[in-house]
Amino acid sequence: MKRILKVIGRFFLRLQQKLSETAFGRAVGKVWDRITKWMAARPNSVSVSSSFIAVIAGLLFGFIVMLIVDPSNALSGFFTILLGPFQQGLRSVGDTIFYAVPIILTGLSVAFAFRTGLFNIGASGQLYIGAFIAVYIGVQWDFLGPLHWIVAMLGGIFGGALWGSIPGLLKAFRNVHEVVASIMLNYMAIYLVNGLVRLFIFNPTLNRAQGPEDSSHIPQLFLGELFPRSSINIGIFITIVVIILIHIVLNKTTFGYELKSVGFSPDAARYAGMKEKRNVALSFIIAGGLSGLAGAMMFLVPGTYIRIVDVPLEEGFTGIAIALLGLSSPIGVLIAGLFYGGINRGGYFAQSLYREEIVDVIIAVIIYFSALSLFTQKMIAKYLSRRAKRDVQVQSKGDVR
Amino acid sequence: MEHTIEMLNITKEFPGIKANDNINLRVRKGEIHALLGENGAGKTTLMSVLFGLYQADEGEIRVWGDKADIRNPNDANDLGIGMVHQHFKLVNRFTVAENIVLGAEDTHRGFLTYDKAVERIKSLSRQYNLNVDPHAMVSDISVGHQQRVEILKMLYRDAEILILDEPTASLTPQEIDELMQILKRLASEGKSIVFITHKLEEIRRIADRVTILRDGKQIDTVEVKNTTNKNLAEMMVGREVVFRVEKAPARIEEPVFAADSISVYSPTVRKDVVKNTSFDVKSGEILVVAGIEGNGQSELVYGITGLNPLSGGRLYLNQKDITGYDIRERSLAGISHIPEDRQRHGLVLDFSLEYNMILQNYFQTPFQSRGFLQFDVIREHAERLIDNFDVRTSIGAPTLARSMSGGNQQKAILAREIDRGNDLLIAVQPTRGLDVGAIESIHKQIIAQRDAGKAVLIISYDLNEVFTLADRILVMYEGENVGEFDPAETSESELGLYMSGSKRRETS
Repeated sequence: MKRILKVIGRFFLRLQQKLSETAFGRAVGKVWDRITKWMAARPNSVSVSSSFIAVIAGLLFGFIVMLIVDPSNALSGFFTILLGPFQQGLRSVGDTIFYAVPIILTGLSVAFAFRTGLFNIGASGQLYIGAFIAVYIGVQWDFLGPLHWIVAMLGGIFGGALWGSIPGLLKAFRNVHEVVASIMLNYMAIYLVNGLVRLFIFNPTLNRAQGPEDSSHIPQLFLGELFPRSSINIGIFITIVVIILIHIVLNKTTFGYELKSVGFSPDAARYAGMKEKRNVALSFIIAGGLSGLAGAMMFLVPGTYIRIVDVPLEEGFTGIAIALLGLSSPIGVLIAGLFYGGINRGGYFAQSLYREEIVDVIIAVIIYFSALSLFTQKMIAKYLSRRAKRDVQVQSKGDVR
Repeated sequence: MEHTIEMLNITKEFPGIKANDNINLRVRKGEIHALLGENGAGKTTLMSVLFGLYQADEGEIRVWGDKADIRNPNDANDLGIGMVHQHFKLVNRFTVAENIVLGAEDTHRGFLTYDKAVERIKSLSRQYNLNVDPHAMVSDISVGHQQRVEILKMLYRDAEILILDEPTASLTPQEIDELMQILKRLASEGKSIVFITHKLEEIRRIADRVTILRDGKQIDTVEVKNTTNKNLAEMMVGREVVFRVEKAPARIEEPVFAADSISVYSPTVRKDVVKNTSFDVKSGEILVVAGIEGNGQSELVYGITGLNPLSGGRLYLNQKDITGYDIRERSLAGISHIPEDRQRHGLVLDFSLEYNMILQNYFQTPFQSRGFLQFDVIREHAERLIDNFDVRTSIGAPTLARSMSGGNQQKAILAREIDRGNDLLIAVQPTRGLDVGAIESIHKQIIAQRDAGKAVLIISYDLNEVFTLADRILVMYEGENVGEFDPAETSESELGLYMSGSKRRETS
């Protein structure tokens, strides 16, 4: 086995030498040199390119899964998933954005907590509580008129923040690890919502919650005409505003400075006189609010209802992968979330070729391999430093001559 | 002359730095060979190569004249090489005997047996006068005792070549004397000893030869009796050195800070580790709290700065009672604090230097306006401090704190704390782990603060530093103030007696 590997290795080495002697090979080598040097000088480029490589690796592994399950459909299925957002023209583009919104928001929730040193595994529960309060207001408070959807949405944020405050306060004042607390709260959220739905807004004939009134739906405005027959609404604009807001808070304000200090080094923050406990709690409350907003975005639309379920909503967990893929930066999360939305739409169309479960597996593989960006980041950094070192050696040898 | 160890042309490179550059070290049988150099000179790296913790990039090692391939510490043990690390590798909740046999246990039908081991430990202890109790719990014995356990651990494994990495760093003067006796005894029995140090006095007392390293290069190997301390120091630093920073007599004025019978409770050991301690610090004076590490000094400072609550007593700053103040209020009232652990408390390592320079003041104008950070002001502030305090960085203000050297991290903290212009400056171990150049510069800055009329409180475990800086010395033992001294009228050995608890003076 070792010997075979050796032979293959030697073959590639020779191939590389041969290729690098041709004019084309030299040109490619030169360009590659430029790229690696440019990257070595810019640490940010390493992390960004790592996300892209991770995505490509994810797609590749997804393709392999398709090959294993049904080779004859693999190629067409692969492109169906990849080109998902464009299958039905503008309609599917709009739907892609619509499906991406809650994912972006939960991703933002996880990323925000992460930037302040906390691991929020509870996005799912926060989302669900937020969804319940939003839908409750949507069903019951139709006296609000044109303000109805805004109040319902704010109710969603409030619900998520409330649920997020529990692990936040436990962490800050009782030193309960936030991962344990927030995971457990996901399940408590489901059963709590199941009970509350049955008590207040149940539709017994269909065994689900009543749908929110039309006045509480997130408005489509001109987007409805721009993307005909799509479910898209102004949620995407709200999300973009929230992303900009979070970006500013984290990077431009004293409050963000404090949150990041606590996240990076709680001891140094304490030494500097910051209220690290208050910041931990606040940070979790904000993260919860973002997840709660995601819940409002998911359910304040026609045709989606809170059902009686007993597994946590996947959107909360996908948010973790999106936060990783987006390198915990608000802008990165936006891009990663849209990518996920696209793949997800593609998966919907690929159901004509593969069974639904298989499609889910494929999407999961793509997303979770993509989340390996931290790993590829290390690999790229290592590769660049090795190249830089080799260059130095080559140069010093040249000097001797 | 027979060599037990020969390290020939050893080169070891880490990314960005040549830690060892073509170094030759030959150790004779029965010799005490000192390895002298500043921090970062490559002493520990060289010894780690010998002990198998690192592999050399180039060069070879010979043991008893044969080429040796040492890939890990087990190989080193098999070749009779033992090492005592600067931070002891002992299991606190094990007895001495359990620690010694750890990794070389005797078993009988799969069960551990200690009787033989205990006998052997006792006889080795007698033979070398180590005075080790095999049944004592490691957590109960003194640091000096722990060190003897580490030495016994090597002897138990039949080590012929003993490496000691800065063995005296945490010992009292009396314990250092004992250690020197033990090392001499071991050498006279034919063991070879390599010990790493940057203290010239110790080399003069026991070493036969000394190899000096600087910036990873070997400067020279000399016979100790043919050289002077001044010579050695210059070889180590690469320029002339002032042994003690000059300082003008203190102009002591008003008391700035007073601690009135304060106690501090430690949640980890569940008792008061500072007990009923009173003292004051006057403007224009440096008060140094001397003592062996772990006698409540850290907690004393935590109590004063507010990181730990007081369990009793009151604090006064400029005649104002600050006992009820929190950390920020104390800092704003006029306490600057250079913390013991600069990487844990002093800096947010993942922040840039400029962000670290506003750690306590980010919420004040002009660093912020309406809640928004003022990046231009922050940049200028950092650049001014970098210039004034000679902080060396790769790219100036945006340099990541983590990427800076320990000395420059400390200079940055010092710059920040001094610049805040507070009346009381507290510094805990301000030069721990720094090289001679950085130490000199930091000592000068601290003395300049005193001359500017600030009250300065220093905690130091290093007697050299105590005598360099102090206008007044307070010795702390087991959380209590056991005596105050005028540095002109006391000596290291007298302080040592108080530091180890053998004597105490009733303070009024």
